[in-house]
Amino acid sequence: MKSLAELEEIRKRTLDQINLRKKREEGIRIVVGMATCGIAAGARPVLNAFVEEVARRKLKNVVVTQTGCIGVCRLEPIVEVYVPGEEKVTYVKMTPEKAVQIVNEHIVNGKPCIQYTIGAADK
Amino acid sequence: MELVRSHVLVCGGTGCTSSGCEKIINEMEEQLIKHGIEREIKVIKTGCFGLCALGPVVIVYPEGAFYSMVKPEDVKEIVEEHLLKGRIVKRLLYQETVQEDDTVKSLNQVDFYKKQFRIALRNCGVINPENIDEYIAFGGYSALGKVLTEMTPEQVIDIIKRSGLRGRGGGGFPTGLKWEFTAKAQGDQKYVACNADEGDPGAFMDRSILEGDPHSVIEAMAIAGYAVGANQGFIYIRAEYPIAVKRLQIAIDQAREYGLLGQNIFGTDFSFDLEIRLGAGAFVCGEETALMTSIEGHRGEPRPRPPFPAVKGLWGKPTLLNNVETYANIPVIITKGPEWFSSIGTEKSKGTKVFALGGKIKNTGLVEIPMGTTLREIVEEIGGGVPNGKKFKAAQTGGPSGGCIPAELADTPIDYDSLISIGSMMGSGGLIVMDEDTCMVDIAKFFLEFTVDESCGKCSPCRIGTKRMLEILDKITNGNGTMEDIENLETLCKNVKASALCGLGQSAPNPILSTLRYFRDEYIAHVKDKKCPAGVCKSLLVYTIDAGLCRGCGICAKQCPVNAISGERKKPYTIDTEKCIKCGVCMEKCPFKAIFKNH
Repeated sequence: MKSLAELEEIRKRTLDQINLRKKREEGIRIVVGMATCGIAAGARPVLNAFVEEVARRKLKNVVVTQTGCIGVCRLEPIVEVYVPGEEKVTYVKMTPEKAVQIVNEHIVNGKPCIQYTIGAADK
Repeated sequence: MELVRSHVLVCGGTGCTSSGCEKIINEMEEQLIKHGIEREIKVIKTGCFGLCALGPVVIVYPEGAFYSMVKPEDVKEIVEEHLLKGRIVKRLLYQETVQEDDTVKSLNQVDFYKKQFRIALRNCGVINPENIDEYIAFGGYSALGKVLTEMTPEQVIDIIKRSGLRGRGGGGFPTGLKWEFTAKAQGDQKYVACNADEGDPGAFMDRSILEGDPHSVIEAMAIAGYAVGANQGFIYIRAEYPIAVKRLQIAIDQAREYGLLGQNIFGTDFSFDLEIRLGAGAFVCGEETALMTSIEGHRGEPRPRPPFPAVKGLWGKPTLLNNVETYANIPVIITKGPEWFSSIGTEKSKGTKVFALGGKIKNTGLVEIPMGTTLREIVEEIGGGVPNGKKFKAAQTGGPSGGCIPAELADTPIDYDSLISIGSMMGSGGLIVMDEDTCMVDIAKFFLEFTVDESCGKCSPCRIGTKRMLEILDKITNGNGTMEDIENLETLCKNVKASALCGLGQSAPNPILSTLRYFRDEYIAHVKDKKCPAGVCKSLLVYTIDAGLCRGCGICAKQCPVNAISGERKKPYTIDTEKCIKCGVCMEKCPFKAIFKNH
C-alpha cells in the first residue's frame, strides 16, 4: 500500500459488492414475483436483468429483491417498483428488455413506463 | 465484477462452528448449485453475531432475514422458498423478529440488539473476516492511513488520552497514559504486544473479535507501533483458539500482501510487522509479565513489577501491551474522534464494553453495551432473563479474579469504579448469571479449583494459600466446617490478596470475599445447620421416599446405579442413605413424584 488513494480505490470497489449488506432505511425497491407462476413465465431472466442493470449504472439506493405470488398469475412475470413517497407501480408481462428500460426511465429518470403497467395491460 | 443479488451470511464464530455451521454452508452451496443460482447468491462466512444461544445463525440480505438454529435439513427450504421464490421462511426466523401482524421487524428493534452499541464488535457478523477488501470497504485501514500521513506520534497519543479509553483486559488502566509511558521510555528497540490469552472460564470476547474482525486489531497495533516508536509487534494467543489463530494468520498475510504491514507503509518511513506467538493455555500467561516471559520463549511465570513493561518489557526493551478489545476500539477513535468516543459511557469509564453472557440466561452470547448500563438491563432486557421461571440470584463478573454481584445490586451501573466499589471487577468481560439453584459456596469453590490448578507456583501465597482456601471450602461444603473455618478463610483471603506476586494470586480470593460479603448466611447454613440452601452440595443432601406417595412400583430401585433402594413391590420403598451417591436419577424417574431432595 503506497498511498491513501490506493486504499480508497479498494474501498470503493468492494463497497459496490457489499452494498447489499448496508443498513438502508430509505431507498427504491424493485420486487420481482418469483413464485412458480413467475418463474415459469420467465421471471428469472427478468430478475437478472434488473440486477445487472442496477449494478452497471452503479445505483446505490436500489434493492432488487423478490417475492412470492402476487396473485395475477396470467400477467406474470410481474414486477413491483416501490419509490419512497410515491405510489407503488406494478409492471406486468415483463421481459429482460423491458427491465432495462424501466431501470433507465423509471428508476433513473423518475418517469414510470405507463405502457407496461398493470393498468395498461387490461385495456 | 460479479453480479450478486443476495448475500447469505453464515456465522462462523466458535459457537456456531460447534453447533454445525460448516454443514450448513456446504449444504447451502450444494443446494444453490442444484438450482443453478450459485452465481447470483453469495455465501459468506462471518464472525460472531452475538446470539450464540440460537446458533447456527444465518442472515439473508437484502431482506435482512435472521434465521436461527438452522439445521442442515432446513437449508433446502431456505434455498427453495426464500432464495428462489422470495418467500421468507417464517418458521425458521428468530421468533423475536416476527411481529404480531406477521411482518418481520429489523434486528435493531429486537430486545437483544436494541440496547447494544457496537464499537469493538462493529464488523463482527457483518464482514467476511478472511477478506481484507471487506474490512477496507467498511472504512478499515483509513485510520492507519490518516495517522501515518497526517499526524505525529504525539498527536496520536493525545487523541487516545483525550478519548478516555481504559484497558479492556480487566485492570482499566488509562490506555493513552500507557502509550505515553512507552513512547517516552528510552530504548533503541521497542515492541508492541497484544494480549489475546483470554483464559477466564466463560469469557469469549477477545476470541470473537479475532475471529470476526482480525484486521481491526492489526490496524490498531500498527497505529500503536507508530505512536510509541516500535517496528515489531507480537500477538500472544492461546493455541486453544484454532479458528482465531487461523483467521489472524490469514489477515496478517493479506495485510503484508497489501503493504499494510512491512516496509514503508503508505509510502512513509514507518515500517511495522507482526508475529503470532501461540500460548499453551495457561491462565497465568494472561498476566502481563508472565505473558512476555512466555513470548520470549521461557516458562510463563510472572515477575515483580515495577519495572513495568513500558520501561522493561520484552527482552528488556520498552513494550506496549494492550488486550484485544482495547485495540479494536483504536481505529474507530481515530476516525470518529476522541470527543465522539468520550461522549459514550460514564464520567470515568468511556465507550463500551463487550460481555460474554453465560450461565443461567436465555440469550447466551456476546453483547456490547455502553458503560453505565445496569446489570439488570443486561440480564433482563438484553439477555432475556433467567430461563424456566427461576429467580435471578447473582452475576459473576471478571471470572476467577472478580466477584459476584447480588440481585439487590443489579441496578448498579456497570463501569470500572462502581464494580470495584461493590467488591467485583470489570475483568475481561465474562458475565456468568446465576439463579436460585446456584450455591454460592459451591461457586467460590469452583473458581478456587480453577486458580489452584492454574497457579504457576512461583510464589508461596498463591501456591499454598489458594490450596488451603480450597481445602477449607471443601470442608464447608462437605458439612464438616466450623465457624472458625469461616474466620480463618477470610483472614487467609486478605493475606493472599496482600502478598501474592502477581494479579492471579492477588485476585484469586475475590470470589470468596465477595460471596462472604453478600451471601455469608449461605456459608453459615453449611456450617451450622449442615444444609445447602440451594440444594447443590451433595454431601449435605438427603434423598427420601415419601411413604404416602410411593406406590411401590420399583422403578427407582431398578434405576439406582448403586442398589441403594430396596423394598417389596406394592409397598413403600426406602433409600439407604449410606449407599446413596445422590445422583438424583431416582427422583427424575419416579412416576409418582414421591422422591424428595431434602436440604
